[in-house]
Parts: sequence; C-alpha cells; structure tokens
Amino acid sequence: MTSFTLTMKRIIFGIFIIAVMTLTAVFAPLVAPYDPLEMDLSPEGRLKPPSPEHFFGTDNLGRDVFSRMLYGARISLSVGFIAVIISVCIGILLGGLSGYYGGRVDALIMRFVEVMYCFPTFFLIMMVITFLGPSIVNVMVVIGLTSWPGLCRLVRAEFLSLRERDFVSSAKVQGIPDRRIIFRHILPNAMAPVYVSATLSVGAAILVESALSFLGLGVQIPRPSWGNILTAGKNYLDYAWWLTFFPGIAILLTVLSFNLVGEGLRELLDPRLRKRK
Amino acid sequence: MMIEVTDLKKYFYKRKGFFSPSSDPVKAVDGVSFSVEKGSTFGLVGESGCGKTTVARILSGILEKDAGRFSISGKRDMVFQDPFGSLNPRMHIYGILSESLKVSKVSPAEARARCVEALELVNLDPAGVMDKYPHQFSGGERQRIAIARALVNRPEILILDEPVSSLDVSIQAGILNLLKDLQEEKSLTYLFISHDLRVVEFMSDTVGVMKNGKIVECASAKEIYSSPKHPYTRILLEAVPSF
Repeated sequence: MTSFTLTMKRIIFGIFIIAVMTLTAVFAPLVAPYDPLEMDLSPEGRLKPPSPEHFFGTDNLGRDVFSRMLYGARISLSVGFIAVIISVCIGILLGGLSGYYGGRVDALIMRFVEVMYCFPTFFLIMMVITFLGPSIVNVMVVIGLTSWPGLCRLVRAEFLSLRERDFVSSAKVQGIPDRRIIFRHILPNAMAPVYVSATLSVGAAILVESALSFLGLGVQIPRPSWGNILTAGKNYLDYAWWLTFFPGIAILLTVLSFNLVGEGLRELLDPRLRKRK
Repeated sequence: MMIEVTDLKKYFYKRKGFFSPSSDPVKAVDGVSFSVEKGSTFGLVGESGCGKTTVARILSGILEKDAGRFSISGKRDMVFQDPFGSLNPRMHIYGILSESLKVSKVSPAEARARCVEALELVNLDPAGVMDKYPHQFSGGERQRIAIARALVNRPEILILDEPVSSLDVSIQAGILNLLKDLQEEKSLTYLFISHDLRVVEFMSDTVGVMKNGKIVECASAKEIYSSPKHPYTRILLEAVPSF
C-alpha cells in the first residue's frame, strides 16, 4: 500500500506524460520540423545520428525520425483510445445485462466470455487482420472487439452487488423502467472500476498496435507508427541505435504512464485500498 | 380491505452443486394470511430471518411469490430499513424525489410542487434540501427524505420495512410520530414491519407475530400485549427490556 501523496505523484506524472504525448500528436503538423514522408536518399542524408537538425536522427531513407515519431503518436494514441472506447461499450452493455438480469442471460453471456478467454487474443487479432487486411481502422476495431471480456466480468460483478441495494429496490417499487434503473441508478455507481480498467487497457491496446505494426499487420508503410518505425530500425540495430531506441522509449513511456494513472485511480477509488486518514 | 394476503408462500432454493440434487428449500414465507383495513396499521413482528421482510418485498413487487394470493387495492410505496442504502448516492434529493413523477410523465412544474409538498409533510425545508446529496444528511433526515419519496406518488398504502431500526433511539420517536401524523392526515394504510415489540405496540392496530415463515398469532395490539396466547409471543414479550 502506498501513501496518498505518492499515489498523487504517480497520477500527475502519468497525466503529464500523456498530455505531452497527446498534445504533440494533435499538433504534429505544427511541431514536426520535416514532412514525415520526405526522403533524402543521398549518402550524407541517410542514417544520420541525432543532431540539432534532426533530434532523433534520420532513417535508412533519410526521413526525419522525430517527425515520424510525432505522426506515429497520432496512430498509437488514437488506436489506444478508440479501441478502448469500443471495448468499454461492449463490456458495459454485456456485463450490465448479465449482472442485472442474471439467470439465463447471465449464463449465456458468461459462457461467451469464457469462449473469448479461450482464444489467445493476440493470435485471434492476427488472424482477423490477415483476413480483413491490415489498416488502422481494422486494428482499432479488432482490438476493441477482443479486449472487452475482462471489463465485462468487472461490470457484471458490480451490477450483481448493486442490484441488491435498497435504492435499486426502491426504484423497482416505484415502477421505474429497467433501462432507467440500469443507466441512472446502477451504472453511475459501477463506473469507478471501469475507469481504472479502461485506463490500463489503453496502455495494453497501444502495445498490441505496436506489435501488430512491428509484424507488418498494422499501419502500412510509408505511413509511420511507432511499431513500424521499430521494424524498419531493427535491420540497422548495430550502427543506428536511434531508429529503435526512440520509438521503444515512446511506447514504454506511454504505456507506463497509462498504467501509473490506472493504478493510481484504483488506489484512489477503491475503498478497500484507501488508507484511513 | 386495503391489503388481503392469503396463504402466501416463498421458498428459496439453495443449489448445492452442479450434480447434487437441490437441497430442501428455505421456507422464508410459508403460508401467511392476513388482511389490513383502510387507515389502520398492521404490525408484523418476529426475530430476524422469520420472513417478515420477504413478505414486505413480495407485497411491494420486488420479489415474486411462489404460491398464494394477495391483493392490494390502491397505490403502494415502500420505506426501507437503511436510509444510507435506500437513497442513490449519486443523485441529488430533487432527482431522487421526482424520478417516479418524471417517469409517469408529470409536468416539471407539477413535479416540483409535489416534491415541495412531500418535503413539507416530513418537516424538512424544501429549499435547503433539494439540491443536496444524500451524504450531506444525517440518518434521521435521510429517513425523512425516504418517506418523502414514498409520499410523492400520493400512495394509499405504505409498506414500512423496519423504518426506525437503524436509527438512534433519540431519533426513532420523531420518525414514528411523523408516521402517525401522516397516517391521520392522509388516512394511509400501513404495513409496519419491525423486530422491536415496543415500536410495533406504539404503531399498530393489529399485530401478527411471525416465526419460521408462519404467522403464529394474530390479534389486536391490545390483546397481544395484555394476553398473549402463543408461547412464542410470550417469549418475545418477556425478552423486551422493561424500565
């Protein structure tokens, strides 16, 4: 258990990094010193180490790595956020139905969740992408469609306990329709673990996107993403360390930040972990 | 009769495991019959686990009955035992009070007027209450809000499930008197559930004593307290501390 101030420091650090990443991604065209696709194939333009002109050096085709990283951040972050939004929507819907109605609905949905758990998710994603063809949209949707089962169980557990609470019984006595009970009474009280889980999932989704792009199944070259910058760089690992170092650090920092914020939120929101003052 | 209950039954089945046959059911309510006249209070007493709350939950529509019949002639609403659990912590008081009105398409102006009226009935200042959240109130105030919520729909019957058991003794009397005044003013019919014999004696016209899902004795409050017939009633009465 960590102290309150340490938790706050972690959250602030995480939010700071995420904010910097997000801002530079959003304003990439303004911040980027070069066009990320502009090549310089002259021998002196290629594989230049980091310098004041090229902060992160240039790659094997003479493109500015810093600019490519900024544009890559757009992909990584948007994949992270959109995939998680999809997964949260599905998780809340199925988990809510399951926990609220119980019985057969619950049994059916929970068996479906177990089936989803049986597949190694990453290979499932790879298989689907192979069939549908690699594109950013496909990557987002597929990550979203495969990452909801954990969240679904979480929401179900919350609903199971909340539906027995007296304020829900009272709403039933007063003839409030189920839909309203679910969305106005139960869901707002069930959101704390969802926030935590969603934040952690963003980090995980970014990792999956990077891995897919690294394998050539995500964002297609020449469009930059952190994953495919890494791939391009791995052939030059011996003498151009900057090609793999910077995207690696960016992925690490971003995922770490989301995890710090997620864990911090968990400690703040979960009364069982909260220290008495 | 406002409430008529005949041979009401509710069994809970506990599943032991996937392959083993289900065990004997817990007979929470096992053939309960009683009736309540308009404007009167029927007190249901018994130790915890005797099935009195289950009766309340069936009559209020939260639980389904397994067998028997009951009829309720009039609008009913319910007040719960724990005022900390019965108000949604994320809604402000006006939202809590007006929700059922909103759902039944009462106009916003009318809904507001009805909420003000209900809060005045429970002796709370409407202006100082409406925009606040449940956690800003004490237990007694919350229970008043819960009663106001039940009154907003202008019910004829109130099901009161241990409405004072979780409150300080000093506050209990205030709530009980409030309930009595409301009953007189609005000629409400009460089903009053409690484990506290003194509270039931104060509130009820007729008393039913419940044990293991059955009503073992049912008579007017005076008779029960002056000449209890059933041995269990006597045990309960002897257990009441006297001053």
